[in-house]
Formats: sequence, structure tokens, C-alpha cells
Amino acid sequence: MLAAFPVRGFSQEEHAEGAKKEPDVKEIIFEHIGDSHRITILGDLSIPLPVILFTDKGLEIFSSAKVKESEEGAHEVYQGTHYAYALEKDKIKVVDAAGKVDEETTKKVWDFSITKNVASMWMGMLILIVVFGSMSAAYKKREGKAPKGMQSFLEPLVLFVRDDVAIPNIGVKHTKYMPLLLTIFFFILINNLLGLIPIFPGAFNLTGNIAVTLTLSVIVLLVTNFSGNKYYWKHIFLPDIPFWLYPIMIPVELIGIISKPFALMIRLFANITAGHIIVLSLISLIYIFKTMWMATVSVPFVVFMDCIELLVAFLQAFIFTMLAALFIGMAVDDHSHAAH
Amino acid sequence: MDIVQPAIGLVVWTLVSFVILLIILRKFAWKPILGAVNERERNIEEALSKAEAAKEEMSRLTNENDALLKQARAERDVILAEAKKLKDQIVGEAKEAAQAEGARMIENARIEINNQKAIAMADVKNQVASLSIEIAEKILRKQFEDAKKQDELVSDLLKEVKLK
Repeated sequence: MLAAFPVRGFSQEEHAEGAKKEPDVKEIIFEHIGDSHRITILGDLSIPLPVILFTDKGLEIFSSAKVKESEEGAHEVYQGTHYAYALEKDKIKVVDAAGKVDEETTKKVWDFSITKNVASMWMGMLILIVVFGSMSAAYKKREGKAPKGMQSFLEPLVLFVRDDVAIPNIGVKHTKYMPLLLTIFFFILINNLLGLIPIFPGAFNLTGNIAVTLTLSVIVLLVTNFSGNKYYWKHIFLPDIPFWLYPIMIPVELIGIISKPFALMIRLFANITAGHIIVLSLISLIYIFKTMWMATVSVPFVVFMDCIELLVAFLQAFIFTMLAALFIGMAVDDHSHAAH
Repeated sequence: MDIVQPAIGLVVWTLVSFVILLIILRKFAWKPILGAVNERERNIEEALSKAEAAKEEMSRLTNENDALLKQARAERDVILAEAKKLKDQIVGEAKEAAQAEGARMIENARIEINNQKAIAMADVKNQVASLSIEIAEKILRKQFEDAKKQDELVSDLLKEVKLK
């Protein structure tokens, strides 16, 4: 996130040597927290990713290297099987014969490309599988012995999710939900941490992408409602209140079903995105004030922010898992609906 | 605002990837890890309760040993006291018996001495009697031969006579 950005910024100034064009800080920040069809390694060096499109005429797959977007805004147009495509602000658009973006047709095209965020998600998943695969192998090898190495670092986290998140919120039924909670926790955590690495394997804003948090929240929503028992549904449709209040209470409870995971979605998205925007903004101050001395102010602040972000990475993973466990716990609680 | 519009492609990829990740991790990581951790916790619990039980058993045994020792000591004391009493009794009895035996032997000896004395006296008396008779016989015989000689004889005889 950090290293790629200044180099990009400098190169942009070199490109605009003649005109001395101002760098558009807002655009650059949003470019970095948004999704992209290529992974930027350093400056203009980047890995192109495959573009997968479902158009109304059929499937379309090509490399994103074919639709490179130049700094001056002149697009390279790729002539696909069905339409001609070009990149505009890192979005694949259909262009007509004259090279103008055809918004009407673009709406009919579904973009299922392997984007920067998808690639980073797979990277995080691969790390999780390798790390926890080797950890579980260690348990088999050192059966009944004290944890060692990776085990002793990760076991407290696993036990933390079990003892401080799942058991207090779900209770005796927690075993069924442990895999989901652990996967959510470590998925968010690894991607939060990868997002903090300012150079190549990181610098993504995956957990700060609303599509990702939306998906995770929908999974929590589905799990919560599918595990809801009769007390949970009775609490929603037949609460212990006078009958004339039902027209008010039932819609409120139904909104509650949606609003709980909605809160999960917004919280994670906003926290991670905000952190990235702050760090990028602090770095951007150097370009806004056009003096290297600004770095003496920006850099300590960025270091400070990164420390906070490190805390936030753990905290948000914890809160998301905690609230997911809480919602599931409310749905499976069979003591009494009066407890709520 | 682009950033609050979820991209359908990313939603689908996230959903697919997350579900796959969940399945893989559940099978290959969470189950073995949680299983091993639970197993270990159970083992530790068991070992602790076993240790506790062993400690209790230990203290119970120690108490038992102490009690046994105390009892053994008391028994020993009783036995010693009894033995001492018995010894004293035996010694006393033996002393008494020895005294009685001694007295009896002294008595026996005295009776024997008296007996022997009586026998000896009877013997002396017999000898005196037979000597007297012999003397009397010889005197009588001489007397009947010659009075003078008889006198002489008697005196001779008397000279000869020695009480044996």
C-alpha cells in the first residue's frame, strides 16, 4: 500500500513532466482501496489478472494486460468475441466502434474476473491452509504433548475463539459452530494483516471491501436463521406483548434479522477502509504540500496509524466473530425467550 | 460512491472461496486441532485427578502406618511389662523352691545323721554287751579254776579291755 503508492506518485509526475499536472490525491486513494484487474508490485510493474465476463451473448475470458489503461486516459481497446472492451477507472466497460463507452451494453455484462481482491483472498486462504494444515499435522505428530513452535502461537488464538467467543455466547452447542467461527476469525485476521503489509504480497483492502463483508455477513445471517429454534422464531412472531402491538413489533423484529448482520458488514468495511484511507491520506500530505519535509510529519503519524491498524486487525476479526457467535447464540438459546 | 457498491463478481468469488476454505479447514484443521486440544485437556484433567487420588491414598497409607506403628509400640510395651512380671514371678518362685529344697535337704541330712548316730550307738551297745559277756565268761571260767588266778585274770583282762 505504502511503497507502491509513492513510486506511482513520482512516476506520475515524471509522466506529466511537460504540463506539471497535479496528482489527483483523492483518485489515487480510491484507486488503492478499490478493486483492480492487476496486482501492482512496484510503480508501473504489475501482474495482469484474468478477466472473466458473462455477457448476454456468452462467456468471455482474456488477460487484463490486453486492456491497459494509460495515465492520459487513452484506453487500449480489446476486441473480444462478442464486444470490444476497455478499462475505465479499473472497471471493464464495453466500448462501441467509435471507442466510446457503451453504458447500456455494459450493464448486461457480468464481471466475474479474478481481480486483485480475489487473488489476495486466495493468497490469504493458501496461507491459512498451509499454516493450519501444518499445525494440525504437528498435533498428530506430537500427540498428547505440549504445543511447540507454530502450535504454541496459534493454539491460544484457537482456544481464545473457543473459550472467550464461542462458549460464553453459544454455550453447550458451540462445537457445531466452532469451524465456522474459527474460519471467519482467521479469514478476517489474515486478510486484515495482509492488508497492512505495504509491499507486494499485501497492500490489499479485502476486508475493507463491502462485497467481502457483505458475503461474510450473509453467511452469518443464513447460519443464524437456519439454526434458529422455536424460541427464536416465537420471539420474532409471537412475542409476549399485547396483541395490538404486533403490527409494530413484528416488522421491527424482521428488520432486526437483517440489521444485525448489516451492522457486521458495515463495521468491518468501515473500520478497515477508514484505516487505509487515513494512512494513504497522511502519505498524500507530502504531495499536497509538495515538500519532502512533510515526510517528517507524515511518517511518524503513519507508523502510529499502522500500530493502531495492527490492533484494529485483531480487534475487528474478534468483534466480527464475537457478534456472529452472539447472534447464533441468541438463535439457539433454549433456556427462555424471556432472557432477551 | 463506488466503494459502497458490492461488486457481484467479488461477492460470488468470496462466497465460493469462503465455503471451500470452511470445508477444507473444517476437515483438515479444526477437527484435528480441536480434537487434539480436547483430548489433551481431558488427559490433563484425568492426570490431575489421578494425582489427587494418589496423594489422598498416600496420606491415608501414611496415617495407617502411623496408627500401626503406634499400636505396635503399645503392644511391645505390654509384652515387655508382662515378660518382666513373669520373670520376677519365676525368679521368686525359683528362690522359694530352692529355699524349700535346701530346708528339706538339711532336714534329711539331720534325720540321716540321727539315724546313723542311733545305729552306731546300737552297735557300740552290742559290742559292749558282747565284750561284757565275753569278759564275764572268761572271768567266770577263771574264777572257777583258781581264785587268785581269777583275780589276776580279771585284772589282766581289764587291762586288755579297750573300748573300741
